[in-house]
Amino acid sequence: MPGIDGRRRVAVVAGCRTPFCRAGSVLKSARAVDLARHAARELLERAELNGGDVEEVVFGQVVPSALVPNVAREVSLLPQFPKEIPAYSLNRACASSAQAIAVAHDALALGQAAVVIAGGVESLSDIPILASRRLADILVEAGRAKSLGARLAAFSKIRPRDLIPVSPAIAEPSTGETMGQSAEKMAKENHISREAQDRWTLRSHELAARGTDDGRLTAEIVPWFPARSDDPVITADNGIRRDTSLEQMAKLKPIFDRRYGTVTAANSSPLTDGASAVLLMEEERMRALGYAPLAFIRSYAVAAVDPGWQLLQAPIFAVPKALERAGIDWKDLGLIEIHEAFAAQVLSNLQGFAARGWEINEDIINVMGGSIAIGHPFGATGGRLVTTLANEMNRRDVQFGLVSICAQGGMGFAMVLERR
Amino acid sequence: MATSALTWETRDGIAVVTIDLPGEPVNKISQAVKEEFIATFEALGRDPNVTAVAVFSGKRDNFIAGADIEEFVQIKTATEAERLSAGGQEMLERVARFPKPVAVGIHGACLGGGLEFALACHYRVASDHAKTQLGLPEVQLGLLPGAGGCQRLPRLIGARAALDIILAGKTERAQKAFRLGIVDELVPFPILRDVTLAAARKMAGGWRPQRTRRGGMVGWLLDGNPLGRRLVFRMARRQVLATTGGNYPAPLAALEAVEYGLRRGLRAGLKREAQLFGQLAVTDVSRKLVQIFFATTQLKKDFGIPNPPSPHEVKRLGIVGAGFMGAGIAGTAVAQAGTDVRMKDADLQRVAKGLAAARQILDDRLRRRRIPRYEHARLVALLSGDDHYTGFGRAELVIEAVFEDLAVKQGVLAEVEAATPADTVFASNTSTIPIGKIAAHARRPEQVIGMHFFSPVARMPLLEVIPSDRTAPQVVSTAVAFGRRMGKTVIVARDRPGFWVNRILAPYMNEAGYLLAEGVAVDELDQLMVSWGFPVGPFTLLDEVGLDVADKASGVLHAAFGERMAAAPAFATLVKDGRLGRKAGRGLYRYTGGKKGGVDPAVYELLEVHPNGGPHAAEIIQRLVLVMLNEAARAIGEEVVRVPRDGDVAAIFGFGFPPFRGGPLRHADDLGAPRLVGELVRLAQRFGPRFAPSEYLQQMASRNAKFYP
Repeated sequence: MPGIDGRRRVAVVAGCRTPFCRAGSVLKSARAVDLARHAARELLERAELNGGDVEEVVFGQVVPSALVPNVAREVSLLPQFPKEIPAYSLNRACASSAQAIAVAHDALALGQAAVVIAGGVESLSDIPILASRRLADILVEAGRAKSLGARLAAFSKIRPRDLIPVSPAIAEPSTGETMGQSAEKMAKENHISREAQDRWTLRSHELAARGTDDGRLTAEIVPWFPARSDDPVITADNGIRRDTSLEQMAKLKPIFDRRYGTVTAANSSPLTDGASAVLLMEEERMRALGYAPLAFIRSYAVAAVDPGWQLLQAPIFAVPKALERAGIDWKDLGLIEIHEAFAAQVLSNLQGFAARGWEINEDIINVMGGSIAIGHPFGATGGRLVTTLANEMNRRDVQFGLVSICAQGGMGFAMVLERR
Repeated sequence: MATSALTWETRDGIAVVTIDLPGEPVNKISQAVKEEFIATFEALGRDPNVTAVAVFSGKRDNFIAGADIEEFVQIKTATEAERLSAGGQEMLERVARFPKPVAVGIHGACLGGGLEFALACHYRVASDHAKTQLGLPEVQLGLLPGAGGCQRLPRLIGARAALDIILAGKTERAQKAFRLGIVDELVPFPILRDVTLAAARKMAGGWRPQRTRRGGMVGWLLDGNPLGRRLVFRMARRQVLATTGGNYPAPLAALEAVEYGLRRGLRAGLKREAQLFGQLAVTDVSRKLVQIFFATTQLKKDFGIPNPPSPHEVKRLGIVGAGFMGAGIAGTAVAQAGTDVRMKDADLQRVAKGLAAARQILDDRLRRRRIPRYEHARLVALLSGDDHYTGFGRAELVIEAVFEDLAVKQGVLAEVEAATPADTVFASNTSTIPIGKIAAHARRPEQVIGMHFFSPVARMPLLEVIPSDRTAPQVVSTAVAFGRRMGKTVIVARDRPGFWVNRILAPYMNEAGYLLAEGVAVDELDQLMVSWGFPVGPFTLLDEVGLDVADKASGVLHAAFGERMAAAPAFATLVKDGRLGRKAGRGLYRYTGGKKGGVDPAVYELLEVHPNGGPHAAEIIQRLVLVMLNEAARAIGEEVVRVPRDGDVAAIFGFGFPPFRGGPLRHADDLGAPRLVGELVRLAQRFGPRFAPSEYLQQMASRNAKFYP
């Protein structure tokens, strides 16, 4: 029913995801679209929802395949859905699936739809490899050539160096700075020590391992069946390390600044393949269909900073906005999920929150670890965070929870969930 | 006839003829339709405004399904049948020699007489629709294409390609028909009419299609000269004999009709074709095949219960047990019925194997070009699974295919009842356990039924549906209707141990075991039954089914029916030795790399016998067949199937009882009950009471009654 401001309440009804697996490992033969479809279909199965009840599908993806530019539409063309469900894909970098949930929320709040599936996917095993600009130009010219002679003339211009493929780097187009360099810069500016970063990393792995062992983390994972049926069925994330220690991590060389750096392969999130999907419903329709909410979306906000400043520090502006829109204070939060791109970034974000006079209680932050251990398929992480948070809020009977995500381009995303 | 099947109107000099048999779902060529054809073409010939003719069907997705077989079965003598064939030929000769050009636009099934008509026309355009299929299935009814098909098709596409279609009674998709040259053009359905009309108009202006024989050098070497053709016919004849074992005269006769026509010319060929058609029409084989055709056609409309309620539509199927059977059911349900399938097994790795095996069925269809790539991708997405009952809450039907054990099945039923809504149907794919027992502790016994599939599910055409005495009528309808959507011929059997198929198969298999112990060689016995008309012999079948599976079934039947159903001791010895059949890599035969090899001589050692021939061939066949007929009669007495028709169809489709013998009950009728009883008594005296004629058969003998009066 519309609230006093004319908006309807939006519930997170269910969420699930594929296992998150290191790029180039067990999910490498799966295409991103396969992962996305699998997550969405299994969401229907788990929720026992008829595809025909879904009215819109929104998916986030950061590096789409050139062959499947609109992955969401391929999801909504699953045979479990009627063909008439519109769908679109969006890109808000690492906050893409969180953004998908946010736009789904808006459509539901405004009464434009009553049931939406929002999710995200990334396969960094399935990224487009680009031809060099010169080779591309020559191929286009040859394609347009009207005679064999003209075509050969075009091909004759190809030089060996033109054949070197270009793979997209995780670098800022506006500054040329890579993610890792940005993290390194933030570590220095905020005086985050190597030891603090490694300690946060160890915590992430330990908590993720615990969440896997006690089933809280795996509860949201749907099994992935490999193409070859002899290969083991994948039921858990494969980036979580149970054998690591501070001593071992200390041996690693920093990658981005070999002399004075502190950011290592260990205290960064790994390149990951995976997909997530979240079922959202307008409250009244939800009750009519016989579902109960995991949580309601109370508010969300996005902020951006100059990418040349601290690239991953925008959450410290997004979170206060979201809290203000929710009409609650930091101290009202019972659980917090912070995306872990780098330990240096998490600790910088927390420092920024603390600078506002907010008390940092680590006991309620990333209680099942974070992206450093679990992995970070760019487009899928937001869906995971919302699902993990909503599930854990129920287990702990928490009223308010927060999701905070830093994203490429100097952006930050925050969302507040509430139980009742 | 009240209204006519043929109507026509002239537009711009083109007569557009529409065939639309009133009150029928499909067009069939009957005597009345033939006469209409002749009258119509006479009128078209006379009409000066008509410069060309274009023929279409008025039916949705059907061109002409073939000759009216109901009419055909009224024929009593070869002369009558020959006259029928000659009449059809004459009508089509008129079309072929019609002075004005005739074009035909084909959409939907164009079979038998329908294709023969199209072949007589001067230009053929077909829609590229999946429903457009062209073929000459006459041989499957023990006949041959008798309206010029044996003459015109080889002249159009070459002897090799024509024999390929005619001798196997094949039906080809439009794309293939175009590739072969059967049709001149392949177009999307929406422009079929315009293209056909344009062709008619062009021909009216004097244009004639130029057809070049496809096939290149090899084609010329084989089809283009008499020497090569002789080789083609010799090879074809050899192949026919190899596949029919000489039991089916129709392919050989069709071969002769084609060869005769190509040697002596069209006119002589047509004459021979009609003669041969006449001879075939009154053969016992053709009669039997036509009876089976009718029986299966009737079964397509028969729900097996009086006043069947309308079935529930099954959009979602749950399958418990991801083994070989479960996967086969899953893959077939997806491939045939487009059902959303959810598989459940206790172990995810087994689910993975099951999903892969089910997918194999779809991959097979893709490879054979039965489905396009995108359809394949869509169907693959209908297969999913888990180690929990997730997704079962929306299943209208759940089929269990778990281990053949009563307690296990009852446990699964209880779990499924907890995971599904009250109106979900629970079907057990048991082969022998009574459904009533499985449902003994069910919360909703009225929703429980048996659906007994045969292995491999994708290829075996039969499904036995078994209601218990508590099963609700609508549940029966739902199971039967879904079985049909899976492409199966469905019979409804009574809930007695072994149902129908395994009940009558078991004594036959057992007798093979007794014969083995008496020194009959494994391969010789198999070969005997193949030459009698079975697709494979009992030992090969046993290896395929699995000796452990058969042993388990035997146990159930033995317990239910007593000594006569006791498993032959030889089989127990083989099971104990781990010879479980193909799946174990060793059975009665040897298997290397999944391929069947020769008989494993260790079998004889194990059983301490010397394959010295045992009884002579006739006695072997008699013992195997009669023990089955006796049990079939007994089961009929117990009303295991409602009508003999169902029993015969099930035996033919379930384990390949020779179709040309019409099924075990038809065959029993042919032998006669008194003779059967007499021979069974003699066998019982020599080999024991398992041959004792059943009471039902004795009663029949005393009245000289038949299963089909």
